[in-house]
Order: sequence, then structure tokens, then C-alpha cells
Amino acid sequence: MSTATSTASEGKHYLNAKHTVLSWLLTVDHKRIGMMYLVSLVVFFLIGGAAAVLFRLELMTPAGDLLRSETYNKLFTMHGIVMIFFFLIPSIPAVLGNFLLPIMVGTRDVAFPKLNLASWYVFMLGGILAFVAIVGGGVDTGWTFYTPYSTMYANSNVILAVCGAFIAGFSSIMTALNFVVTIHKMRAPGLTWFRLPLFVWAMYATSLVVLLGTPVVAITLVMIFVERAFGLGIFNPALGGDPVLFQHLFWFYSHPAVYIMILPSMGVVSEIIACFSRRRIYGYKFVAYSSLAIAVIGFFVWGHHMFVSSQSTYAGMIFSFLTFFVAVPTAIKVLNWTMTMYKGSISLEAPMLYAFGFLGLFTIGGMTGLFLSTLATDIHLHDTYFVVAHFHYVMVGGGVMGFLGGLHFWWPKMTGRMYPEGWAIFAAIVIFVGFNLTFFPQFQLGYHGMPRRYHEYPADFQVLHIMSTAGASVLGFGYLLMAGYLGWSLKFGKKAGANPWDARGLEWETSSPPPTENFLVPPVVRHEAYAYEFESETSPESHPSSESSA
Amino acid sequence: MEHPVVPVSTYLKIFAALMVLTALTVAVAFIDWGFFNDVVAMTIAVIKALLVVSVFMHLKYSARLLWLIAGSSVVWFMVMVGLTLTDYRSRDWLLHEGMRPEPWHSVPAEVMQDAAPSGHNGAEAGSTGH
Ligand SMILES: [Cu+2]
Repeated sequence: MSTATSTASEGKHYLNAKHTVLSWLLTVDHKRIGMMYLVSLVVFFLIGGAAAVLFRLELMTPAGDLLRSETYNKLFTMHGIVMIFFFLIPSIPAVLGNFLLPIMVGTRDVAFPKLNLASWYVFMLGGILAFVAIVGGGVDTGWTFYTPYSTMYANSNVILAVCGAFIAGFSSIMTALNFVVTIHKMRAPGLTWFRLPLFVWAMYATSLVVLLGTPVVAITLVMIFVERAFGLGIFNPALGGDPVLFQHLFWFYSHPAVYIMILPSMGVVSEIIACFSRRRIYGYKFVAYSSLAIAVIGFFVWGHHMFVSSQSTYAGMIFSFLTFFVAVPTAIKVLNWTMTMYKGSISLEAPMLYAFGFLGLFTIGGMTGLFLSTLATDIHLHDTYFVVAHFHYVMVGGGVMGFLGGLHFWWPKMTGRMYPEGWAIFAAIVIFVGFNLTFFPQFQLGYHGMPRRYHEYPADFQVLHIMSTAGASVLGFGYLLMAGYLGWSLKFGKKAGANPWDARGLEWETSSPPPTENFLVPPVVRHEAYAYEFESETSPESHPSSESSA
Repeated sequence: MEHPVVPVSTYLKIFAALMVLTALTVAVAFIDWGFFNDVVAMTIAVIKALLVVSVFMHLKYSARLLWLIAGSSVVWFMVMVGLTLTDYRSRDWLLHEGMRPEPWHSVPAEVMQDAAPSGHNGAEAGSTGH
């Protein structure tokens, strides 16, 4: 490997191994690629967040006075496309997964390091195309690109945006392929499947979903392109196509994509809860298998997005039933995390606060999903703010909370510096309050009939909309606060030892930040995962200089 | 994982077989098999796909794990088609009981045109409907 110049010399690690810009852009080190993803995703998050700020401001008044309807449509489309395809889907796998997975399985890099670097370039190419589509006139189809609007009526920036999403899909396929092969082939001696951290199991399940689902959405997006560009009738009824077919193909991927966004967070939460309860995860195998079960069953439920399309009522019944079914493995996880904390010695650092946030918010998100998967109630709630609130509880309350928890948990490992704990706890509380203030009123709004994707509304809804906008400001403030202290800690944070949380797992047995080759001595695994009943023994052994302080 | 070297002649034979099967696909398209039109065409297509996957893509010489992966992608494809068909096969059932209007994709094109408020392609209908 080209960047691997450091030997056992003290103080050499992946960050200071080389300093040039080119050494970052051409790196094949999974840790550096993870950090490059982190920087890119922060930029995309800011773009998507800025769009949300604008349309939340518009929604403070019932009249459409700040934005024209077209602009409003373009902004929520931009928010959706950027946040889903360019933030949430890659967030945990590409940042934390890339950084941690090879270390967690005790190897030096992913199976195909160059493919890993290629995935970042492909991702950026897709992101730039989507960005050009957005600034060069905008797209107003919604992130779902529903036909026939997207193929017959919307402006032709749709093609660019679709190309962007199509290309970005290949980057997730490359990352997923890397993870699957790495987990199968490169585990350290002694690291059997059932000794793997649950984060790795979650990454494995996520990768399977990506590999099986992404090609379908890619082909579907190509079909949009073909119908728009060449007038080939696939979805357009005037050409003999069927628009509902698009919804089938789109949701065949896009429902499992919800699990691409949430399964990694579940993995993160397992790590955090075990560490801050000082206990082995209750029912380890159930939690591991439930990740696979979610990955598989998640593919059988997509029709619940189509209850009020012209989908057959009988198909709707099947999809409704199967959707209830997917709640089972999810409930197993929540139950087992709760049981893990039972009689544990819990400490409330920032990562644990985010894990708590995840548990509560994701449970609300999941339970309201049951309202929506019930045929009769969905007729009332479909395409209302109830749906918007539901998936933000899942995606932000679940996905983003998990990402932030993981970011804080592994921040000392990734950067070698501690974040300021007091500020982090304050920001976590601000984010939690802001999030609920933003989205809880939206359940109310939707239940009372406020449809999504409208920039004007009856005056009766204004109070709830103002609450939601106020919450969004608090939430945005929380995110900025976090960006502030994390940036500050890069230079001024307390230096972190190898294992600042006294956690278990191979990533805590190497120095912080890790050397380019991850481990100076190839690790051998002797314990089950989460062996909190034993002292962390390997850490002082292989790195006599590092202290383990809880 | 070692791949045995496959002689070029094997590739050529498979290529020839694929060409023959392609010609066969075209040929049978001229015969009306009734219900079996799709069955015949799909059978030939599946045989061709198997040849490509097993020989050209070396699956035949690969580890069983890769068979599992290739197989599961086929299963997933069947899931996609199968569950989609639960919709298409049963969509008209309620129609016979008079409980449901005609599926709108079967509405004649002229009616669709009339439904649009103005303009020849209904662009306004599209942009306000969202
Ligand atoms: Cu869904």
C-alpha cells in the first residue's frame, strides 16, 4: 500500500502519515476514505438542511408569501434527494463503516481498497450531477420521481437528477461489496461470526440490502430516462405503460432503503448501549439474526406505499400483513437493548444520550408506521404530514441520532481528541428537544388533514406549523453547536487514549488515531463480543503507552 | 480462489450456442403458441442466461458461496416479479363486483386529453397537482 510508510515509530498515525492534498485524494486507506466521506456528507447535509430552513420559513404563514409554489416544490425535492441519496444512505456505512469495519474485524484494510476509493469519486460525481440539476433550474418531482409527472411533464433537469442518483447508487454497491467480502474473508484469527460486534452484523445486513436492491432502482431510473428521452412507453399510459409499475419498482428498492438507513444505526446503538451499561448485549444472537431478518422481510413490504394508488386491494392486504410482520425483528432489538440496560451500570455520556434518543424516537417512528400499514387508517393518513412526521421520526430520530451517537462514540478513535463532554450533552438535549418540537406537531397536522407538499394551508393549521418551524430552528442550532465544538476539539480537545470509554472491541485495542496499518501486531481474538465482565487485557499488552481510563 | 483456465474453444462453443438460441427466439416469434408464447420465449432466454452466467462469468468454476449469491439474486428477482403480480393479477377482481371504477390506465387516450384543463399535453395539470 502506497501510504503505508510508517513503521512502529511512536506518534505516527493515519492522519499524519502524509500531509499533501494528493495523499488524501489518492489514498487507499479506508480510514482516510471514511474521513473524506465525512467531510463530503457534512456539505450535503448543509445543502439539504438549508432547503429545509427555507421551506419551513415559508410554512410559518398560511399564505404562500415567501416562495412561489414552483420554488417550494423544488426546495422539498432538493431536501429529499440530497438528504436521502447523498446523506442518509451513505452516512453510517461510508463514514463509520469504512473507518471501523476493517479495524473491528482486525484487518488492515477492506478487501478492495482501490474500489473503496473509487466509490468516493463515483459518489462525488453523482452528487455533483444532482447539485447541477438543483442549481441549474431545479427539479420539482419530489425525491420519489413519480411517473407520469417525472417522465411527461416535469422539466428536463429530472434527467440530470436521476443520473446523479443512479451514479451514487454504484458507490453504495461498491462499499457494500467491499464490506461483504471483508467480513467473509478477512476476520482476524479467533473472530468467529458470533464474536463479531453487532455493528459488523448490521453492516453485513445493510450491505446485502444494498447489493440486492440498488440495481433495481438503478434500472428503474434508467427506465425514466429512456421514457423521457426516447418516448419508449413503460410508465406513461398514453404510450401503453403503467405509472403504478414505476411505484412497484421504485419502492422495491426504496422501502428496503429505509433499512439501509436504519440498520447501521441499530448497529451503532448496540455498541453504545453495551459500553455505557457495561454489559454484554442481551440475546446477542437474536439481535444479530434480527438484522438479517429485517433485511430480508424488508423486501416483501413495499406495496404499503401504494394503498391508495390503483394497486389491487388484495395485494394491499398482503403487503399490509407483511408490513406488520417486519415490526417483529425490530421489536426484538428494542426489547433486547432495554434488557441489556436492566441492572447494568449505566453512565450518561453524550453517545448514550443519543442512543436513548434513538430508542424513544425510533419506537415512536416505528409504532406510527403501524398506523400507516393498516389499510383503513392509511386511506385517511396517506400523503399527509402524519407520513412526514413518521418517516422523520424513523430517519432523523433513528438514523441521524444513531449517526451522531456513533460519531461522538468513535470521535476520539477517529481524531485522537476528546470532544468537550459538557457541550456535547447540552447539544444532544437541544437536538432532542428541537427534533420533537419540529416533528411531533406534524403528527397532529397530518391527522387533522394537512396534506404534504403544499406551500399554502388553511389558517387553522398555523399554530402547529409555527411550532414546527420553531423546532426546526432549535434543531438547526443544535447541529451548528455540535459542528462548532467538534471542529474546536480537533485542535483543542483533550488527547484521547487508546480506549477512553474502557470499551471492548478490536478498535479500542489500537492507538487513537490508529496507525495506517491499523494494528502494529496482528490481533488475535480470545473473547466473545462485549466481554465487559473481563478487564480489557489486550490494550496494555500491545500498546504499553496507552492508558485506559473510564 | 483459483479459476481454471477455460479453453477458448469453450467460449466459442458457448458463443455459437447463444447465436443459435437467438435465432431460435426470432424464429419462434413467428409462430403463435397462444398461452405458451411467453413460456417458450422465457425458456430460451433463461437457458441463454444460464450459459452466460455459468461459463462466461465463471460461476461454474467458482465457490459455492458465489452460487448462493447468484441464486439469491434470482430469488429476489422472483420476489419482485411475484409480489408485483399479486397486484396485476387481482386488480380487476373488485371490478366484477362493481365496487371499483375502471382502472385509469385503461381509459382511452381522448378521455385523458379532455381531463387536462388546457394545453395539448396537460402541463398545467401536472404542475398544480403536486
Ligand atoms: Cu416502506
